Amino acid sequence: MTAVLILIAVATLCTAAVAMALRNLIHSALLLIASWTGIAAFYLWAGAEFVAFAQVLIYVGAISMVVLFAVLLTRQSRADVAIAPGSLGRVVLALIAGGAVLGVLVGAVLSTKFANSSATTPTVTVKQIGQSLGGAHAAALLVIGVLLTVALLGAVVLATTDRAEKEDA
Amino acid sequence: MLGSGLLQGLAVTAKNLVGSFHDPARLTTVEYPEQRTKLPEAYRNFPFLVSENATDPMGTLRCVACQICEKECPPQCIYIEKSKDKKPDATGRPQLYPTVFDIDTSVCMSCQICVEVCPFDAIKMDQVFEIATTDRFTALLLDREQLAKPNDYYHTIHPTEAAEVDARLAAERKAAAEKAAAAAAKAAAAKPAAVAGLGEAGAPGSSTPATTKPPAA
Amino acid sequence: MSAAWTNIATSAHSLLERLPLLARDFTTDWLPESARWLANSLITIATVVVAFASLFALLTIVERKVLARVQNRPGPNRVGIPFTKIKLFGLGQPLADGIKMLTKEDIVPRAADQVLHFLAPVALLAFSILTFAVIPFGRQLVPLELDAGVLYFFAAGAATELAVFMAGWASHNKYSLLAAMRALAQLISYELPLLLSIVPVVMLAGSLSTVGIVEKQAGWTWGFVPHWHVFTPWGAAGFAIFFVAALAESNRSPFDRPEAESELIAGHLTEYSGFKYALFFMAEYFGMCALCGMGVTLFLGGWQAPLPFLEIIPSYFWFAAKLLTLLFVFMWIRATLPRLRIDQLTRLAWKFLVPLALINLGVAVFWALTADWTGAIRAIRWIVAGALIVGPFVLIGRKLSSGIAPRTYRYAT
Repeated sequence: MTAVLILIAVATLCTAAVAMALRNLIHSALLLIASWTGIAAFYLWAGAEFVAFAQVLIYVGAISMVVLFAVLLTRQSRADVAIAPGSLGRVVLALIAGGAVLGVLVGAVLSTKFANSSATTPTVTVKQIGQSLGGAHAAALLVIGVLLTVALLGAVVLATTDRAEKEDA
Repeated sequence: MLGSGLLQGLAVTAKNLVGSFHDPARLTTVEYPEQRTKLPEAYRNFPFLVSENATDPMGTLRCVACQICEKECPPQCIYIEKSKDKKPDATGRPQLYPTVFDIDTSVCMSCQICVEVCPFDAIKMDQVFEIATTDRFTALLLDREQLAKPNDYYHTIHPTEAAEVDARLAAERKAAAEKAAAAAAKAAAAKPAAVAGLGEAGAPGSSTPATTKPPAA
Repeated sequence: MSAAWTNIATSAHSLLERLPLLARDFTTDWLPESARWLANSLITIATVVVAFASLFALLTIVERKVLARVQNRPGPNRVGIPFTKIKLFGLGQPLADGIKMLTKEDIVPRAADQVLHFLAPVALLAFSILTFAVIPFGRQLVPLELDAGVLYFFAAGAATELAVFMAGWASHNKYSLLAAMRALAQLISYELPLLLSIVPVVMLAGSLSTVGIVEKQAGWTWGFVPHWHVFTPWGAAGFAIFFVAALAESNRSPFDRPEAESELIAGHLTEYSGFKYALFFMAEYFGMCALCGMGVTLFLGGWQAPLPFLEIIPSYFWFAAKLLTLLFVFMWIRATLPRLRIDQLTRLAWKFLVPLALINLGVAVFWALTADWTGAIRAIRWIVAGALIVGPFVLIGRKLSSGIAPRTYRYAT
């Protein structure tokens, strides 16, 4: 089982790393999607069926479309992907920002106390997840729902303002 | 209500789907190699040579090798060689005939100009469309033997046009015969000029129909 | 006498019902316990793939026949058994097509992205086959029984559109790329109504497992009205929305924008030839079959028989019958409706299907809350639920079609 985990981890990390290194944005996006699939595979390995399928449905099915759409709509030509950083100051800033994020993540991982590996995989059915989401965590679910609805409405408002003005004129 | 149009459309197609099984009259196509529809009379593709009778097509070709069609053909797909000798035509008059008459159907553009210009109604448009061959050079070059088809065949593919042509030819022949008879009578009256008069009387008689001929349908 | 007959009939029926599983166990019985599981799975996979591949072959000829008949033509009827005069209504056509596809040259454009160009048909077919895993083809006949089966199905299905994009982009052809963009736009638009239309089913059945949902639809009211979801107000509306969205998701006419021949040549298939083209075609039909199978499972009672006395016929037969009926309706619609314009297509999704699906969710909640209403009050339940869905349908429909009159023709009649 550990071999499978290592395989999944290596595949996920490799695809993510190659996605960052490639110059072709579409290839990067597709590899990013492969990396997300790897994460889903990890959830599946851990026995979290529901989360795994949700991950595939949302990331591979929906977010990937948005990413690809954005790439196709914004990219002017193959040559406009800037590889070299603009100036030394930018390099330093990028390194500082990246280092800070890395520091926070490593700190978080180090400071977390992991339960002993003797713990067995909890067997949670989808029904239990549903009941817990609809019962104990109903408030959180509602808040997230409201937040997403507001975001959606905001997007609609942003997208339609232009057009309304044109029609008035 | 929204969607009622969709249901109407679905009903129409369903009616067709069911109807095509029990009502053969609905079918708009035929199963081609076994069943054939009659081609419309005006359909044409490549020319053929009209011969008076089917048993001796080479002997009774209407073509007199005048080469007008060869000169008029826009893509120049007709090749004719005149004969040295003369053979009697349908009316019994001695005429030249083509020793070679080739049409390259790979070049022919089916314009029908050869038919329009022919003063002898000797070339007409055919309706044979199954002309696929395995050899694109020699098999598409049709010679005299392949081109000659009897007048009866012309009647089967273009009945009205063929009837007109036949009536006209019969009238011409009758007129020519009467003229010849009159000339013969005249010649009998004035013996010395007999031989030259007959030859001159025949020529204008056969060339006038070309100018009075109505344009082809 | 009659008791004996009933006995024989029931035992014959149960034998038929268990026949696929018995056959499988018979083949793998001699294997050791650990290998048997693997062998059983492989047999299941092989059976599903072979069954649906032959269904695909059959569908290609049936579709052409149906389209022809709708247009008052006989359709392909020439290819029969080779070297004989037997024509068999042209049933040899798929075989001839297959041989043709296999022997054709496989052309990859020089400018194409070689890897993605190769990967696209493979990925598409793989994801399409994955979706069959959770569909219950009969009683106890489900390749993979998952708690979150419905979720799995739509997760695998969502990935297929990605493969279409890969094909379109990798071909390095503007038509292909346009088709890919359209495919993405279509997916984003129709994924939402598709998922929203199945939420009521999951809610009312209280399960994400396909097997559980089919079992919830067992039984009959008054002995002849099956408890299928489609026979409830929310189920009928949900099925209609699901069906329209499924048409769009499987890129079928009238939503076949990504491969609109008249403007995009063959869409994302333009640069594909030979066997890869056949793979795309196969994947399209697989996706169609899978979505129809899901529709049958969620709304049409899965493998349940429509009437009690018809339970004599084995369950997998009923599933096949319902599946084929839905597939026929797909063809019928293809033969009837013209293609939508891209703005009409997205408008239909966002202004019509999504609001209706959301309202339908409310109707389903009402239905769930009034589950204990009995007697005469049940009629009120039906009327209220029906009005809640038909009213908005009429209103939205009127609003959308206002100002649009039937086209008039000046010269034609």
